[in-house]
Amino acid sequence: MREIYSVVTKTFLVLSLLFSEVTFPASEIKPKAKSVIQIWLWGGPSHLDTFDPKPNADYDYTGPFKSIPTNVPGIEINEYLVNLAKIADKYSIIRSMTHGINGHETAAYLMQTGHSAEENLVYPSIGAVVSLFKGYDYGYKNILPPYIVLTTSQGRFSECGFLGERYKPFVTGGDPNKTPFAVEGIVLEGVTEERKQARKELLYSIDLLGKFIPWIKEFKSFDLCREKAYEILSGEIAKVFDLTLEPDEIRNMYGRNTFGQSCLVARRLIEKGVIYVTVNYRGWDTHSNHFQQMKQKLPELDMGLSSLIKDLSDRGLLDSTIIWVSGEFGRTPKIQWEPPWNGGRNHYGKCFSVLVAGGGFKGGCVVGASDEKGENVIDRPVYPKDLLGSIYYLLGINPETKFPKEFGKDVTILPPIETGEKKGLLKEIMYE
Amino acid sequence: MEKIKLFAKNLLCFIETLFILYAGNIYSQKIIKPYEMENWYVPESEIDKIVFKTLKGKNLKFANPCSDEVFIRRIYLDTIGILPEPEKVINFINDKNPDKRKILIDELLEKKEFAEYWSMKWSDILRIKAEFPINLWPNGVQAYHSWILNSLMENKPYDKFVRELLTSSGSNFRNPPVNFYRAIQGRNPYSIASAICLTFMGVRFEKLPKEIQEGMSRIFSKVSYKKSLEWKEEIVYFNNELQEPVEGILPDGTKVKIPPDKDPREVFADWLIKPENPYFSKNIVNRIWSWIFGRGIIHQPDDITPENPPAIPELLTYLEKELVKSNYNLKHIYRIIFNSRTYQQSFIPESNNPELEKYFAYYSPKRLSAEVLLDIICKISGTGVEYISPIPEPYTFIPPEQRNVLLGDGSITGPFLELFGRPPRDTGYETERKNQIDEKQMRYLLNSSELHKKIQSSQYIRNLIKETKNDKKKIIENIYLTLLSRYPTQPEEEILSAYFNKSGISLNQAIEDIIWALINSKEFLYNH
Repeated sequence: MREIYSVVTKTFLVLSLLFSEVTFPASEIKPKAKSVIQIWLWGGPSHLDTFDPKPNADYDYTGPFKSIPTNVPGIEINEYLVNLAKIADKYSIIRSMTHGINGHETAAYLMQTGHSAEENLVYPSIGAVVSLFKGYDYGYKNILPPYIVLTTSQGRFSECGFLGERYKPFVTGGDPNKTPFAVEGIVLEGVTEERKQARKELLYSIDLLGKFIPWIKEFKSFDLCREKAYEILSGEIAKVFDLTLEPDEIRNMYGRNTFGQSCLVARRLIEKGVIYVTVNYRGWDTHSNHFQQMKQKLPELDMGLSSLIKDLSDRGLLDSTIIWVSGEFGRTPKIQWEPPWNGGRNHYGKCFSVLVAGGGFKGGCVVGASDEKGENVIDRPVYPKDLLGSIYYLLGINPETKFPKEFGKDVTILPPIETGEKKGLLKEIMYE
Repeated sequence: MEKIKLFAKNLLCFIETLFILYAGNIYSQKIIKPYEMENWYVPESEIDKIVFKTLKGKNLKFANPCSDEVFIRRIYLDTIGILPEPEKVINFINDKNPDKRKILIDELLEKKEFAEYWSMKWSDILRIKAEFPINLWPNGVQAYHSWILNSLMENKPYDKFVRELLTSSGSNFRNPPVNFYRAIQGRNPYSIASAICLTFMGVRFEKLPKEIQEGMSRIFSKVSYKKSLEWKEEIVYFNNELQEPVEGILPDGTKVKIPPDKDPREVFADWLIKPENPYFSKNIVNRIWSWIFGRGIIHQPDDITPENPPAIPELLTYLEKELVKSNYNLKHIYRIIFNSRTYQQSFIPESNNPELEKYFAYYSPKRLSAEVLLDIICKISGTGVEYISPIPEPYTFIPPEQRNVLLGDGSITGPFLELFGRPPRDTGYETERKNQIDEKQMRYLLNSSELHKKIQSSQYIRNLIKETKNDKKKIIENIYLTLLSRYPTQPEEEILSAYFNKSGISLNQAIEDIIWALINSKEFLYNH
């Protein structure tokens, strides 16, 4: 059955590639990237205090933070991002990201689906879409799921949208900064191998309904499912999550914290051929005591992200792996000094920054610009669909493709994307 | 050696409990203990006559009567979503009163837990959720959920229930049923008409002719929303600013011209809840049937089309009539279904013929829903759940003793609930809830640290050891009664006793492993 299904969807994809609108002739889309790592800065990081510093603005905008030069002349970033400053040639910064939405859930939805929350449908997130077009239906044969989330899901919206259960990510749970990294359902803490074996035998000796009444179809598929689960558990899968197999200096380089070690796990998953990994990095919703919180978060982000980029690059994987780093929005450029905020920044969807690297994206570039206070986009606005469309494009997925018929929705992956100079897809930072 | 012994015992178990199966051929109508019994002691009902006639016409056979053990577990799960206590099971098995099943059904239907359990289903199909894409907000969720719960508690006549949902105006905090019009993604006349059509008629709006879609949408063109000074308060009202009549079309094709001063929603509701309405009663009795049997007489229950006829039309008609006759008393429908032999059949069908499922010739096993499963695990472990929600509000601290079925807000969730298929409550489709077992769930059950810790910290195990004074036979008995609502069979008892004597495993660990194994068993995971 699976076979037929997959042939149908493949045929559909091929046809839709052939007959789609002129913007993306099929021949042009040769995949440059194989996999994606999405670093989700949950809550919305301040663009001024990360990748779009405004050293010449008033103190009411800059606060106590300064900017530092990077290894690419002309690009400056926040002073706490010292390691990232050394490798600016490996990533590009979009400083003109915009959508104007200031609510967490609607902005998070828009940034990850490319669709406005006003539409009468719940679209799948980019990770689910990629795992549809690159996953099991299209020849993905890995024992690891194609779409993995570290360590908790966003819970914002059902990530699979109307695609359904099958395209939901595998969420690890646990904490990679602890030993063992207790990935739910894969790494079991506190039970010896011997005992595991004993209780498996116990289970098989008392759970007999399927064996003796095999014509109940629910029970039959249940037993097959259990066989498959045990097969997976006895295989290599647990090893990929075992960070004790990494040298200490590598673990330390990434930073001994949940985010740093999540980045390390992400690299290990990409090495094993996983297609889409999301690292959900919480704690960027800094309404009050913003600067104190940022002083703690920025070095973590700096170590984890710079190590990930460098490490992938050293292993020759950066060229085929897209990394994109974003929150649902930025934060108000003007600081709220008054209580209860005591130096805080609010939600800001009008103008913010996103970092992209690898997988066909050039490094050392800046796309677009914001004004001298970081409040408005003054050059080359980039909308969520432009960013996501570029990622799809590099993966060889035409963003104007319609979803396969069996999902029952006659809609395209993304809304129409504009074409022309300084519009639409981020062609200016893509390799030919 | 160990393995050979185990296999021998396996065989023994199979011979003792199921030998009759292999003595004859597997398609024979032999009794499989402890799940079935030989003779019906409950009377044949109208439902049974209709189903039986249909089966006979198709040369299909009814399954055997389910045993009392199976019945008590099944009826508890299907009415209140809780497993019966061991004492209840023992008393029920030993009760000689031939009316005992009927008495138990009556007792359970009156419990507040019945309303609690079924409020979950209503919250699913009415899409109760604070956040995207429904955006009721926490206060609205609370008001709406309590209103539904109270309506079920007082067993509000179904026509009245629906009329209140469809015609109310006012504040989302102060007049909870208005939230029906807010719990719709895309609050425009088309979306409203579409939601009403799905929820109360069981029909997919997009499958109606374009003309009817447009005509029905116009009926809801005067539903408006406005903000108040209170944070997140919203007023739903009949907006008559334009002073224009509405020319609408009802789903049956009737054209209506509604004068400007009349709220068109009233006209629609009056049409819908009439006894002769072709959609109204049919939709709800068919849904209740499908909630209980896992399959509608028309299947899927929310995709009723002329091309999708009922499996047993007479049965549907009978239930519709009963609903109208009982003055839209939903409990009456539950009651006549639960009291039928059709419901009280064994879960073991005569053969693998798919027709048997279609015509209800056995009770098809249903995997426990995410919430019910988690409630049982939490109760045994004496632990609560760590919930998550997208933003600081709604607050996710919920007292550990509160059942998961009472979780009013679809936005408050947790990894377990997500994994086991709790619906996102985005669309109100019945298929949003996933009760199929999959490989991810299986890995969790087999190998989760969370589950292991929950069993390990179980208050139940500590009490059990204390109360039985280490008596292993009593321990095994109690675990079986607690999780499977029956006594262990002789071979099962032997296998488990042997497990206690395994080297390197402490008493506590052995009990943990037995509970773990039973939680992983089909007999536990399915309502059967």
